[in-house]
Amino acid sequence: MTTLELRDVVKEYRLRSGFRHSVLRAVDDVSFTLEPGRTTALVGQSGSGKSTVAKLLLRLERPTSGRILLDGRDLPRRGAAGHAYRGIVQMVFQDPFASLNPYHTVAHHLARPVTLHHPELGRTAVLDRIHELLARVRLDPVEEFAARRPHELSGGQRQRVAIARALAPGPGILIADEPVSMLDVSIRLGVLNLLAELQRQEHLGVLYITHDLATARHFSDEILVMYRGSVVERGPADDVILDPQHEYTKLLRAAAPDPERRLRELAGP
Amino acid sequence: MSTATQDPALAAAAARSQPRRRRRTLPPMTPKLAVGLAITIVIAGFGAVGPLLVGSPSEVRNIGMTPPSAEFWLGTTQTGQDVFAQLAHATRGSLLIGLVVGILTLLLSSFFGVVGAFAGGWTDEAFSLFTNVMLVIPGLPLVIVISSYVTEKSVWMVAVVLAITSWAGSARVLRGFTLSVRNRDYVLASRVSGESSWRILTVEILPNLVPLLASQVVFAVIFAILGEAGLSFLGLGATGSFTWGTMLYYAQNGLALRLGAWWWFVPPGLMLAVFGAALALINFAIDSIINPKLRDGTREQRKRWRMTKEQLRESEEEVV
Repeated sequence: MTTLELRDVVKEYRLRSGFRHSVLRAVDDVSFTLEPGRTTALVGQSGSGKSTVAKLLLRLERPTSGRILLDGRDLPRRGAAGHAYRGIVQMVFQDPFASLNPYHTVAHHLARPVTLHHPELGRTAVLDRIHELLARVRLDPVEEFAARRPHELSGGQRQRVAIARALAPGPGILIADEPVSMLDVSIRLGVLNLLAELQRQEHLGVLYITHDLATARHFSDEILVMYRGSVVERGPADDVILDPQHEYTKLLRAAAPDPERRLRELAGP
Repeated sequence: MSTATQDPALAAAAARSQPRRRRRTLPPMTPKLAVGLAITIVIAGFGAVGPLLVGSPSEVRNIGMTPPSAEFWLGTTQTGQDVFAQLAHATRGSLLIGLVVGILTLLLSSFFGVVGAFAGGWTDEAFSLFTNVMLVIPGLPLVIVISSYVTEKSVWMVAVVLAITSWAGSARVLRGFTLSVRNRDYVLASRVSGESSWRILTVEILPNLVPLLASQVVFAVIFAILGEAGLSFLGLGATGSFTWGTMLYYAQNGLALRLGAWWWFVPPGLMLAVFGAALALINFAIDSIINPKLRDGTREQRKRWRMTKEQLRESEEEVV
């Protein structure tokens, strides 16, 4: 059971051009909590700071100010606790064509996180775990897929491998950064359903980063709308979608295809 | 859910019909590569075994400038030394220099290029500055200055000098490539799963640089052997050792060209040219891995696609 909390987090980047420099506030005073078994969607346009939030949570960046709390305590920076944090918070990247090393087999991608976070497992135990992970993301036959390299897989299969890799250390929090935006429309639903199912089984806290309101509403309990670095609207999924308050949310909603509205327009005068 | 799309029987059949290539980094065996490898292996074998089978290369006899005969396969020099014996020892010397420079260049360029780019920040700035300084130092004059400053030069000394002046270019290429690789998602992903920096560098990044490194080593070896030959011909090479360059230097001093003693200067010159060509052929094969565009689109390839003459002409006009 893991809770991850952002409290008043600010991230600023110094932009240098020649001798002058300006400050870009990528994340402005953002607070939210990821709880086990709940999916939080983070919606916003490109450049609104969604991915920076993900990087902060993954400790790939340090916040300029504010605190990130894991189970109520500040994030461990180094040492054994810092290493353990890597096993607790995991990520599925946006582009499955870039997130797997073309040089290594699928088995290598899954074996490394397993051995890093469960050093007590022997060679055969690790292999069993790899096969179990592949079976859970429905890549059958598992031995066959374990021996493949990324270029021998389709986009959807690669993203399944990426999901299996994120699950390998046995995390409590999963961050999915637009996990289906690079995939073919016909397989998006399959991958999202798989994520939702795994979340229920593992009781994961999921942060689902997206700019697609429809899937955000379907797959999440709570929606946060980010605009220019700050959270402008938040609430239960249906409320945010059906009764948007902020201008940007209204704009997003209007941009989503609505067949009924279109039919009304066609039937109208 | 639409996830059970893989038919196990089909997949297994495909796996059986297509034996999985374990090492993708090995270049495909093309005629170019085969010829290059064959020549390299023959010359390297001659350099390794030859000196054991021939007599002393420095032994002076009173039969100067004799053309090739049954006793002396490549004739004798002005002072009656066996040219074939000299050639065997020279091959060993030149290859040794090539090997040492190749290894040193590999180590220096990957240290300053890859490690600097991976570490980033001030390390990268410092390494990059140092590389740039080494890059703009004119190589040959520096080599001449160092060679003339040190009086007693061993083969190793010459190799080190050549390596120091030749690694910077490769280091810059490697730095650029590493900068692009280190920000790819799979490197971030392995950092997220808790890999140590050292392991990310050696296991995740370095294998992707292997074709580039191989090509640069081959190029460094060509550069070193030709560079050493140039230095020796100018009389700045290693003292008291045999290389292809020193053979040409002594032939020049012994008036071989004016006396028409082709058996003295042609063999080392030919060895230089053929070995350089063989390494260049290998380099082409490695290049085609780095840049697959070089592989396709040759006239030969199009002929194999069974194009008609018309189509061939059209496709060539397109390219030009």
